[in-house]
Amino acid sequence: MKYFPLLWSGLWRKRTRTLLTLASVTIAFLLFGLLQGVNAAFSHGVEASKLNRLYVQSRVSFTESLPIAQMTQIEAVPGVDAVSFANWFGGYYQEPKNFLPSYPIEIGRFMTVYPEMLLPPDQVEAMIKTRTGAIVGVEAAQKYGWKIGDHVPLKSAIWTHPGGSGDWDFDIVGIFDWPADRNQTNALYFNYKYFDEARSFGKGTVGWYIVHLADVSQGGRIAEQIDALFANSTDETKTQNEKEFSQSFLKQFGDINFIVSAIIGAVFFALLFLTGNTMMQSISERIPDFAVLKTLGFTDGGVLALVLGEALLLCVTAALLGLAAASAAFPAMKTFIGVAELPGQVILLGVALAILLAVVTGLPPALKVGRLAIVDSLRGR
Amino acid sequence: MENSVSLQKVIKAYRRGKESVEVLSGLDLDVPAGEFLAIMGPSGSGKTTALNLIGGLDRPDAGTVEVCGERIDHLSNSALAHWRSRHIGFIFQFYNLMPGLTAERNVELPLLLTNLGKAERKSHVATALEIVGLSDRRKHRPNELSGGQQQRVAIARALVADPTLLVCDEPTGDLDRQTADEILSLLQTLNRDQGKTVVMVTHDQKAADYASRQVHVDKGMLIEPEARL
Repeated sequence: MKYFPLLWSGLWRKRTRTLLTLASVTIAFLLFGLLQGVNAAFSHGVEASKLNRLYVQSRVSFTESLPIAQMTQIEAVPGVDAVSFANWFGGYYQEPKNFLPSYPIEIGRFMTVYPEMLLPPDQVEAMIKTRTGAIVGVEAAQKYGWKIGDHVPLKSAIWTHPGGSGDWDFDIVGIFDWPADRNQTNALYFNYKYFDEARSFGKGTVGWYIVHLADVSQGGRIAEQIDALFANSTDETKTQNEKEFSQSFLKQFGDINFIVSAIIGAVFFALLFLTGNTMMQSISERIPDFAVLKTLGFTDGGVLALVLGEALLLCVTAALLGLAAASAAFPAMKTFIGVAELPGQVILLGVALAILLAVVTGLPPALKVGRLAIVDSLRGR
Repeated sequence: MENSVSLQKVIKAYRRGKESVEVLSGLDLDVPAGEFLAIMGPSGSGKTTALNLIGGLDRPDAGTVEVCGERIDHLSNSALAHWRSRHIGFIFQFYNLMPGLTAERNVELPLLLTNLGKAERKSHVATALEIVGLSDRRKHRPNELSGGQQQRVAIARALVADPTLLVCDEPTGDLDRQTADEILSLLQTLNRDQGKTVVMVTHDQKAADYASRQVHVDKGMLIEPEARL
């Protein structure tokens, strides 16, 4: 700490230049925080996947429906413990910006394949008995101020009634929790029977099946057997485990990880030159100052450490500012990415990257200063 | 009296392009402890090179350099840096203060290399600034001080670690006569009252008159007084 005033004064020797560099590095780390945060949020869904669940979807496309009649055949495959299904509803509340992940399901089947979902038995019962019943996650309920007994209208951009209206009415009969993955509590589930009867097209079909396995190790064999059942039919299937399913779902948006890595790579490559040039320029202008420090008794290693310390101070300060700004922006992005906090691992990765940036950009001028001859430097040679 | 500085048959050459220029050609110089010595000579005579060798900023090509009881011509860079921090106080013509630091932070610099705590460092800095008469300017940055005041800060920085030898390279070369006299009087006081050995390089005869002894260097050799006449 006793060297801090020396580092600080060196850093602010050219105030404007330092401010501009600090701003550039801060913006780069803001971008890093936002993009890596989004990436981590998506990856989190993939990482949290269970291997004891298989997903059966149309071989043609995720958006292609499958006949519900396939369910009994899937249930008959040896090793299959239970089967459920769901459909993409594409609902929103009042305005498209209030997008709400919502799915028609059959509650009994659904809770068998997703035992992580917590819903009191009386609310399960109410869901079964109420045709227009819906259960909503605790976060969604909190966000929209919904409670049991509320009448909730949703609009679907996909599914319409025979009259052409996309308005759907639901009665909240339960509020579920999902402690293992809080992101899941931002959703709404409603009765498939109501949905199937009231929709204008696609009757008797589902979006995908969820298969619960008795033995995880049999997953590969069972997936092959299910797909074999429907091979060469008009509704061929593609069966994947939950992790593969999550990944292929995300691939619909593009390879998020690759896009994020490419953008961040390009930004940091440019930053490397910018910061490296600034450091080299700043240190070159202060060669006589470092010569004076050496004259006073600072060793070659000592001045080398001072230059590296200055680079660290600049890069880590800027990184912390950028990451703090990214962290502050995250709650506003929750609607889109489902995560309200910048993951801790992204902050740690950012700080590590800042240290690496400081070392890479600080080392060449630090070595130059470490090697300088005092007499020549004092004479300005 | 014991010598504070002893240079024996010192040779030093510099390369200028492909050419080697010998600056010191077998220089012998003894400076007894407690002396105020002025080294004079024309430009290029080798006086600053001699001062750099005495201060451990450079090494001779041949000969021995013994300062403050230690042979320093064979010390490594790191050992030489530690040695300088313990024994030598430097005063330059252009003050060489850190522009972003206040007077007291500049004076504190040599103490950062010691094991002194913050409070002790502060106390030493206050004493050094008091000696040079700048206690009231301790929070000022160099650009807020006059040339004379900046040189006083540099002297306080040179003094603060209590070195035995003060090495001064044209300390008044950038100052007007009156301020130069004040600085030289201060150096004289430090020599007389605090027993500091002072070795000063100067062009200025009036500055050299403050020293207790003057030597002249020309073409890398000491010139005997009679030879000058």
